Parts: sequence; C-alpha cells; structure tokens
Amino acid sequence: MGKNLVFLPIVAVVIAIQLLTAWTGTIYYLTQLTMSAYYSLLIVGLCVVMGYAGQISIGHAGFFAIGGYLSAALTTRNLIPHADFLLVRLLNSLGCLQAGQDVYGDPLLVFTPWVACIIAILTTLIVAFILGVPVLKLKGHYLAMATLGFGIIIYRIVLASAYFGEADGISGVPGFMLVPGLLVSGDKAWRVPNYYIAWSVLLLAILLLRQLIDSRVGRALRAIHGSPEAAEAMGVDIATYKLKTFMLSAVFSALAGVLLTHYNGGIGPSEASVMKSVRYVAIVAVGGMANLWGALAMGMLLNFLSLRGLFGSYDDAVFGLILITIMLFAPNGILGLQLGRIWQGLPYFLRKKPVTKGVND
Amino acid sequence: MTILQVLQLSKRFGGLQAVDEVSFSLRQGMIKAVIGPNGAGKTTLFNLIAGMLAPTGGEIRFQGRAIQGMRPFRIAGLGIARTFQNIKMFTGMTALENVMVGRHSQSKSGFLASMLHTSGCRSEERAIRVRALELLDFLGIADCADTLATNLAFGQQRAVEMARALAMEPSLLLLDEPAAGLNIYETAEIGRLIVRIRELGITVLLVEHDMSLVMDISDEIVVLSFGQKIAEDIPTVIQQDPEVIKVYLGE
Ligand SMILES: Nc1ncnc2c1ncn2[C@@H]1O[C@H](COP(=O)(O)OP(=O)(O)OP(=O)(O)O)[C@@H](O)[C@H]1O
Ligand SMILES: [Mg+2]
Repeated sequence: MGKNLVFLPIVAVVIAIQLLTAWTGTIYYLTQLTMSAYYSLLIVGLCVVMGYAGQISIGHAGFFAIGGYLSAALTTRNLIPHADFLLVRLLNSLGCLQAGQDVYGDPLLVFTPWVACIIAILTTLIVAFILGVPVLKLKGHYLAMATLGFGIIIYRIVLASAYFGEADGISGVPGFMLVPGLLVSGDKAWRVPNYYIAWSVLLLAILLLRQLIDSRVGRALRAIHGSPEAAEAMGVDIATYKLKTFMLSAVFSALAGVLLTHYNGGIGPSEASVMKSVRYVAIVAVGGMANLWGALAMGMLLNFLSLRGLFGSYDDAVFGLILITIMLFAPNGILGLQLGRIWQGLPYFLRKKPVTKGVND
Repeated sequence: MTILQVLQLSKRFGGLQAVDEVSFSLRQGMIKAVIGPNGAGKTTLFNLIAGMLAPTGGEIRFQGRAIQGMRPFRIAGLGIARTFQNIKMFTGMTALENVMVGRHSQSKSGFLASMLHTSGCRSEERAIRVRALELLDFLGIADCADTLATNLAFGQQRAVEMARALAMEPSLLLLDEPAAGLNIYETAEIGRLIVRIRELGITVLLVEHDMSLVMDISDEIVVLSFGQKIAEDIPTVIQQDPEVIKVYLGE
C-alpha cells in the first residue's frame, strides 16, 4: 500500500484546484479540466501501449469514437418505430431500454446508458482484437499503419452515416447515472461532482495500470522492450502480451469516449479524426513514453490549454509540431529533461525503497 | 532415459548449410558438449532446439515430443532454458528483475489479476522474488540484485543470465559459450557451477571453446564441422580422434 502514497499529493492538488475555482469564482475551469481528465484516461492507456508494449497506435481516436458514438446513438436513437420487433421487446423486458421524451415532448424508447456503455466496450474489444491479432504477430511498426487505416475508416463511417449524424454528430445525449446520486452530465448543477467523477475514474485507471506494470505482466512487457529474444526464451508470449495491452488501452479509450460524450451531451466527427489520434501520440511522447505520470501531466496540461483555445486555429498544427520536436530533440519526453528531476523527485522519493527489503529482514 | 533427441536436423541459410543432418541424443542428467570451429553451426543448433529458428529438415524430440518449429515461448514452457552467446540482458531492469522474468513460465498471474493486485498475485510475486534472490545467491551475485543488469561486469552478466535460465526450473539447460571472455579462475568457477547444476537434476547441453573445461566436465562430446557431425564420444576418445584433431584441436 505504501507505494500508492504517491497518489496523495495528486489528490490534494485535485481538491485544491476545485476549492480554488470555487473561491475565485472561476468554476467554469472545471468543465475543461473534467474533459481533459477523460482525454487523459485515453492517454494513460495509450502510454502503456507505446511505452511498455513498444507499439504505436495512430487509431486511438477511433476507439474513443466507437465508445462515444455508440453510447450517443444507442441512448438517443428512438426505438419506438421498431417497438414490435422481437429483439426490441426482448431488450425491453430485460430492462435494457428506458422510456423518455425528446425535445418536442414525443415519447422515446432508448438504451439505458449502462447497457449502451457495455455494448460500446464489447464492440471495442472485438474491433481491437480483430485489428490486433494479425498485426501484432508481425515484428515492427505495422500496428501504426493498421491503426491509421482503422482510424480513417471510423472517421469516414461516422461522417457518412445518418445513424451517427453525419457532419453534425449526435447531440441531446442524456446524462449517465453511474450509481444513484452520481450523474455524468454537463449540467451546471453537476459540475463539481463531475470533476471528481472524472478524476476518480482517471486515478483509478492509473492505479490499475501502475499495478499492472509493477507485476508479472508488466515485468514481461518491460522484458520484451529490453530484449525480445530473451523474453521469448523465458516463456513470454510476445504477440499475446502486445495484443492484450492493445485491447486494454482500446477499452480505456472507449470508456473515455463514453463518459465524455455523456458529459458533453453529444459527440461530433472531429473526435474521430486522425489528427486527434496524432495528438494523443504526441502527448504520450512528450510525457516520456514509458511514464504514466508524464502522460498524466502532459495530458492534463495540453488538453486543458487546447480546450481553453490557447492554440487557436493552429490547434492540430501545434500537436503535430510537438510530436516532431519531441522526436528530434527530446525522445525521452520533456519530463526527461531538466524538469524531470524536480517533478519526479517527490513521488520517486516516496515510492522507491530498496527492492530486496522485506525479504532479507 | 533420453530427454532430447535430435534427428537428421538441418538448417540452410540460402546457399549455406549451417546445420547438416545432425543427429545425437541426450540422456537425462548428463552434461554434453558441442564443440567445433567458428561457424561450425553450434549456435544455429541451439537456436533450432530453442525454437528461435525453424529447421529446414529433421526432427527434435524433447521428452518424447516433437518440438521442431514450435514458438520459443512454448518450448521454454516445456522446460528448455538457454543462455546466449552474446549476452542478452533485459535493459532497464535490475539483476533481480532480470531473474524474476525467468519465473514467467512458472507463474500465471494475468492482466486482470495483476491490475487488481489480487492476493493470489501478491503471494505469487513474493514467491517469485524469494526464488530469484535464492538464485542470485546460488550464483554468488546476491549483492548485485538491485544494480541495473547492463551496468554489471561481464562475468556478472553471465551469472545473471544463468540465474535467469535456472529460474525457469528447466529440465534441459542450453549454455552457449558460458566461459567466453572469462579468465581462468572464473572459468574454473563456471565449471564447478555447471557440475552443481547437473547435481540439481538438470541436463546440460553446452557449447564451449575452452577445451580444458569441456574435457573436465562433459560426459560426452559432439563435434561439428561445417554443419556436420564428425564425431561423438566420451572426452578421452574425442581427444584421440584423428579427424577431430585435424579439423579442430590441431589447428
Ligand atoms: N541468421 C543467419 N542468417 C544467415 N547465416 C547465418 C545466420 N546465423 C548463422 N549463420 C551462418 O551459419 C554459420 C554457422 O553459424 P553459427 O553461429 O551457428 O556458428 P557457431 O558454431 O556458433 O560459431 P561460433 O563458434 O563463432 O559461435 C555461419 O557461417 C554463420 O555465418
Ligand atoms: Mg556460436
């Protein structure tokens, strides 16, 4: 448990920021911080794929879009015209559907957010599996190509299909009641709870990933990085490990898409664009690849600045530039430069005990 | 009892016949050496047995089961461990962590259990650590446990590789030139170590250029030259074999 003390200062900062915004009357910042936290959820998942499994995916916006679009469509598209279908009746009797009203007051029959979320996650798992199985058996960066193609396909699908709202995307997505009393929703009254919901999900995800990395599986992943031949000679099934890591990060991305879409009340095609995927890769790179804290810090900072409009109409260009600059001048990320020691010093100090301790005494 | 059988094994790289219809077998618990001049095909033979290369002909039977063409991680799972002629440390990991990776096939916590740090996963992790430390101790490098493996001296890296392979609790251990680059004291030490490993019940197949070491510890010797087996016998006979002397010892 001592290892998880490193979360304390972060939780403290999260709370302090919320109190500060309340105190200074700048609570609207919480909206962008909440959104950044969901994007960061995707980014920490991608960090494990890039930093630990050593693969590059230029299609994570596609998984985000699968999550976001499926939950948006399933929770807004009216099933009443199809209410007589056996499947719809069956789903209804199983409690997978809920009644409601659309903006004109007409009756609606749609999927509940929980069911939509589960469908979105399962779809993501299947797609990631189909994409990953053939590709991850190959050596080299074929995953980058395959995921790039996948990202473009998803983008084209959402742009072209009426079901996904074409260029307009989908709006009017209802809130997502996670448990009674916890609603993921952009409604102003829910702003503060949503800030904490997003951070809880994000920190929980980081906790799980840290435990993963700090275990047999994570050790195997690092070993693959260190020497693939030796790892395989030790019994590590490299292709399967890469596939599972990829699928795990795809699920994180889809979950980020689901939650952010309910928070924003909608989703548009730009979320599925390849430039979004490039942005996520750039942020992981700038955070230092195999560095979850770096991914978190950069994910929060850069997304927040971008959402605040700081980069103006150069938004996508900025992230492209960041990626190129990092690759050329600081392949270990910015935190790997001078800043690194200060920023990492504290958590490192709290975390690092001699490895042998506890066995010898 | 025969543990490993190599039958008419061949490997061709383009026009080069690196291993040419080689056959031999290993009895459980023996130390067998493969010798031969540079480029004779010894490492290629190891790579074939360990699954890192697929043979172009022939058969490899381990504990009665054909294993040629299997993926290396599966062969490792069956109980064949190896070290590498060009040491392959896991970069960025400590000596202890390197050896802990060796416990991979002996443990089973998957993605979910690892993420959730279930109690099963934690106790397995403790067991892995304890065993890895024991092995570092067995090889006399316990004090290097927390050093980055790539920062260790050459001989220590060799020892880490050996500990890592032993961590797999193999029934067959393939050692590719374990004494290369070591001085005579370290070489003698490695010799004693290999004998101790055999005493643990592990069968050893050894590639080595150091003749005194090979003659000292091996029960039998296979001699390769240009991919072909030219002799196979006990050390005293190999030492007298005129053809062996001609292609190898005499040069
Ligand atoms: N992957 C490969 N592709 C092509 N040729 C190879 C390959 N691996 C080995 N060879 C060739 O096969 C022959 C046998 O090489 P191998 O490494 O097995 O020899 P060795 O007996 O281990 O030699 P040494 O004592 O120098 O380690 C050599 O001529 C080598 O160049
Ligand atoms: Mg060799």
